[in-house]
Amino acid sequence: MEFELTEEHRMAQQMVRDFAQKEIYPTIKEWDHKHQPHPDVLPRMAELGILGINVPVRYGGQGFDYITLALVCEELERVDASLRVIMSVHAGLNSLALLQWGTEEQKQRFLVPQATGEKYAGYALTEPDAGSDPVRLRATARREGDVYVLNGEKMWISLATLADHMLVFAKTDPNAKPEYKGITAFMITRDMKGVTVGDIKGKMGVRAGSTGWIAMQDVEVPVENRIGEEGEGFYIAMSCLDNGRYTVGAGAVGCIRACLEDSVKYAKERYTFNVPIAQHQLIKQKIAYMQQWYDAARLLILKAGWLKNQGKRNTRETALAKWFATDMSVKAALEAIQLHGAYGFSDEYDVERYLRNAKGATIYEGSSEIQQLIQADYALGYRQDRPLRCELPGYDPEWWQSEN
Amino acid sequence: MHVAVITNCTPDTAADVAVDAGGNLKVDDKLVVNPWDEYAITEAILLKEAHNAQVSILTLGGPEHEEALKHGLAIGCDQAIRIWDDALQGWDSLAFAKAVAAAIGKLGDVDLVLFGKELPDIASDAHIFQTARKLGWTPLGFVAKIEALDPAAGTIRVKRQVESGTETVTSRLPAVISVLKDINEPKYPTFIGIRKAAKASMPVWSLADLGLDAAAVAPKAKRLAYQDLPKREGAVEMIDDPALLVDKLLEEKVI
Ligand SMILES: Cc1cc2nc3c(=O)[nH]c(=O)nc-3n(C[C@H](O)[C@H](O)[C@H](O)COP(=O)(O)OP(=O)(O)OC[C@H]3O[C@@H](n4cnc5c(N)ncnc54)[C@H](O)[C@@H]3O)c2cc1C
Repeated sequence: MEFELTEEHRMAQQMVRDFAQKEIYPTIKEWDHKHQPHPDVLPRMAELGILGINVPVRYGGQGFDYITLALVCEELERVDASLRVIMSVHAGLNSLALLQWGTEEQKQRFLVPQATGEKYAGYALTEPDAGSDPVRLRATARREGDVYVLNGEKMWISLATLADHMLVFAKTDPNAKPEYKGITAFMITRDMKGVTVGDIKGKMGVRAGSTGWIAMQDVEVPVENRIGEEGEGFYIAMSCLDNGRYTVGAGAVGCIRACLEDSVKYAKERYTFNVPIAQHQLIKQKIAYMQQWYDAARLLILKAGWLKNQGKRNTRETALAKWFATDMSVKAALEAIQLHGAYGFSDEYDVERYLRNAKGATIYEGSSEIQQLIQADYALGYRQDRPLRCELPGYDPEWWQSEN
Repeated sequence: MHVAVITNCTPDTAADVAVDAGGNLKVDDKLVVNPWDEYAITEAILLKEAHNAQVSILTLGGPEHEEALKHGLAIGCDQAIRIWDDALQGWDSLAFAKAVAAAIGKLGDVDLVLFGKELPDIASDAHIFQTARKLGWTPLGFVAKIEALDPAAGTIRVKRQVESGTETVTSRLPAVISVLKDINEPKYPTFIGIRKAAKASMPVWSLADLGLDAAAVAPKAKRLAYQDLPKREGAVEMIDDPALLVDKLLEEKVI
């Protein structure tokens, strides 16, 4: 067993930390207030290679491993969840799906420009009436010759108005039994006729992030844009979540760290009863818990990353890490606010933003309730992993780093 | 064209620095790349991009300074060399200059040596100008901009920040430059560079490799011990009445 990060991990972590701290942190509060994405974030993440961090070099990426992806997400969410959400949808839910399920031609056409950051990508499963239970989705895809005609509406979609490529799920067979076998995955592009997008306003958190809706009206999608086989969409959607949840959990680890670091600083500066509040036992307890949550959440995430590197199935471990890390990030943010007193209740400090951001992550990519059902079902033997037609490749440094 | 950057690690400016009972300096934090060197490294990479220059990065110090070399490699330097020898322990600026000048000589074809403005931990830049002197090259200190560089003609034109304003100077190459923060926006490492740096082997050049002996670099002065500054003590007294304030200041011989 090996708990040390490699030199490569540490240098990549430091580089992303410097970028996020120096370029984004100074103005993030402003963009959060405006409910607008920081305009430099996506182009800079593209330019620096962050968007393709763990895509093999042969597909335009940087060829780093799955652990690095988690470290990057931690650093990004240390500054703001909106930065990490980009990694979740662009890298975790979309690019890795292409790596796992895409044909070589699809990898060239979609994955390469996504990894280089030339194109941005998202993932659209949720609909106005289908979230936790996506089998209930209503979007349809009707085959007509060489195209599928897509109709339907997607809701709560990150980067809806910014992504060029969107992985959408629709029913090719609304009468399939069991129902989930009627779902198929497609890559649509924002410039396709019949695609309209818009932003959702009034979010509690991730305000510097883009979240929106997508309407598809008779959108003609070429057969070559179908990802996987007809009826395989549900498996694809769920396998994507193994990677998306990983990034969400890793981000939550960054949020807990933010709470801890800010609390440690404030506890030493703020005096009550003639001593820094850090010297009161009840304040120490808050700090101790934050440290505990941080360490435990991080270990769970890195374990999931290790499994990914090994090419081992990690659905359960990733779901557990995501559940624990996101729930604890909410607790950490609440404690951080409490520790900051009235100042924590004000947007003068960052901790209230951490709470608003953290809450979202216990809802998206499988709510905490859904994560609990998953864990219980594994433990009770109601749920087992079955091999997939295409598995996510494990990390083989030689193959990932060579040009071809 | 061959550019050499000289770098070192220094304690973080936010680090707690204290002196222990034995008179040894204790720095609580890990070392960081000298922030001034970030500009020198970036400038070298800009020269690499503009003139296809080869960039070597050198440090003088123990293994803890390899961090700075790796940082340089990750940004795009082509090779990294660490100069170290037990005889350099407790080096002074002249010993530093002698060893670095010898290493530049060993590289052979260097046209330009870049330094960050100073070593912030000792707030000194003597080693930079002593290196130029040892090499017999033109020293160009406090450079805010390299305005023109012609490797073929062997000339350089720079803008220097001087007390009275700025000064534009031309010089023949080879030259030794110290750079200021205005010169560029420091680059981040690239991921490809990080991978290269993590795998790179960095040779260590000893005094023997440089054709120097221990006597040549023996420090002229020896540091015996550090001492903490005496704690400043003071109290604040608010005096509202201006007349009383003046009396008080006169009494304390402030005015
Ligand atoms: C900021 C943000 C970004 C998002 N980005 C994306 C995106 O990029 N792509 C995408 O496809 N979706 C995205 N989503 C949508 C998200 O994945 C869904 O909101 C989530 O799956 C929950 O679905 P729902 O909101 O419809 O809640 P519902 O499914 O209606 O659930 C309501 C409540 O009931 C609980 N519940 C549901 N079923 C059970 C059960 N069986 N047992 C116990 N409790 C249950 C839930 O946990 C929840 O508390 C995003 C959401 C947010 C807030």
